[in-house]
Amino acid sequence: MSLAETKAAPSKETRKRPLVVMQSVSKVFSSGTIALSGMSLTVESGEFISLLGPSGCGKSTALRIIAGLGDATSGKIDWPSSRINSQGLPEGDIGFVFQEPTLMPWKTVFGNVYLPLKLRGVSKAQARDRIMEVLATVGLQDFADAYPRELSGGMKMRVSIARALVTKPKLLLMDEPFAALDEITRQKLNDDVLRLWKATGITVIFVTHSVFESAYLSNRIVVMKARPGRVHADFPLTTSLERDSHYRTSEEYRRACETASRSLIEAIGGAEEH
Amino acid sequence: MSVESIETSETAPLSVPNPINAKRRDLALRIAVPFLVIGVLIVIWEFYVVLSGVPPYILPGPGAVAAAFINDWGTLAPALWVTTQITLISLVLALIGGVGFAIFLVQSRWIEIAFYPLAVILQVTPIVAISPLILIYAPSTQVALLICAFLVAFFPILSNMVQGLKSVDHNLINLFELYGASRWQTLIYLKIPAAQPYFMTGLRIGGGLALIAAVVAEFAAGSAGAGSGLAFRLLESQYRMNIPRLFAALFMLSMLGVAIFAITSFISWLSLHRWHESSLKREN
Repeated sequence: MSLAETKAAPSKETRKRPLVVMQSVSKVFSSGTIALSGMSLTVESGEFISLLGPSGCGKSTALRIIAGLGDATSGKIDWPSSRINSQGLPEGDIGFVFQEPTLMPWKTVFGNVYLPLKLRGVSKAQARDRIMEVLATVGLQDFADAYPRELSGGMKMRVSIARALVTKPKLLLMDEPFAALDEITRQKLNDDVLRLWKATGITVIFVTHSVFESAYLSNRIVVMKARPGRVHADFPLTTSLERDSHYRTSEEYRRACETASRSLIEAIGGAEEH
Repeated sequence: MSVESIETSETAPLSVPNPINAKRRDLALRIAVPFLVIGVLIVIWEFYVVLSGVPPYILPGPGAVAAAFINDWGTLAPALWVTTQITLISLVLALIGGVGFAIFLVQSRWIEIAFYPLAVILQVTPIVAISPLILIYAPSTQVALLICAFLVAFFPILSNMVQGLKSVDHNLINLFELYGASRWQTLIYLKIPAAQPYFMTGLRIGGGLALIAAVVAEFAAGSAGAGSGLAFRLLESQYRMNIPRLFAALFMLSMLGVAIFAITSFISWLSLHRWHESSLKREN
């Protein structure tokens, strides 16, 4: 499937076939800790899924396994609608945003966003237009020549998002990306991510421990439980409302927060019984 | 009331310092103050020599040293050149060797376990103690001096570089893995640039040590004749009780050390000032 097609709204054909299927994936660390125990999850194209859970529930581990960073101890990951490369990963289909901006301090904003393309052998001249385009979508077109240390925390995170999007991935994985930011910046970036999701039709898996963030952003919440990490609840979140500042004060949002919150409390309570 | 308010606004004008002028004055002071201190010390030295009547073969005055510096230039300059060459060549070799060996060491844990102790043993053994052996094996004294200076400068560069190559942000390594970067790409685009600040520390330390080792090794080797360096001229001046010349040679060594320090610091500044925290000025 070409990258151009991904940018358009997902066609009926891709809707039929899920993007990622996790089949009872388990992960045991060398220390003996069971990070994930038999996690199954089917991700449809175009979904915005929040993985919500307490720390230690394996939500970040799940994300890393999907990204191919570290193998599953058992179980498997399928990509029914993608071409697979020799490493068992879909070719160029994943963007990853880490908890920290994770930028190379010796490179400018441009150089950092160029990295994924450079590693693929795309020349700087060929990549320039795409880089400027993706910088414009995160509002940083004027900062291409700035070094990371000159940017605020929120701007660094935007660079990180731009870098994840530069290859036009089908799947964007975000690992508590805004946890370290202040509330105002975080809300602004949440809106930006929503806007990008709507504009590109990209599939997002968003790891968070914030009930409000998950209720605001996602159209499906997967609540996870700790020790060992597994899925506790999985529910859709549909709303007829536009997700903006009005949604934040709406009755629907309040109900969504309540549902997610109750489920999370159950998940934490269940963990403490062990 | 109104008179009062006018008065206060006139008597307490907010002085806004002109940033460019302030910067210039700061720079001028930073250059002038050290020179002033050195100048005062030279004056004190001159006064002491004149007032105490110390004979010039014990402690010559600054004037006598300056005279020796000019009169003995023909003898001292070639020696300075020899020492400079040995120092710089050994430093360049230590840079190539240290960086190359560091890259080799971090390729696998077992390579590091196997080889790092060797490098440590080489480092902790005093260089003066090995120099007689090196003198026996080396084809010429110059080569022996070169080997000694190399061995001393090599280790700080190696250990800093190993540290730098291993301190790369793990998430950046994950990122490179995610995008399918080869081992080679990860080394060139990530590990080596990330190790730059550590490399620069190694360079500055190694540069200073290479000069010290070049001098110490020459003391130990006891070279003589036309191809000898400043250390030999120092000893020679001492034997001949030509203390002004000894001071002049010492002054040359200091200047060489200062030049090496300045050059290595400048290289470090060039490569780091745009992005690294160490070159960031505090605003408060």
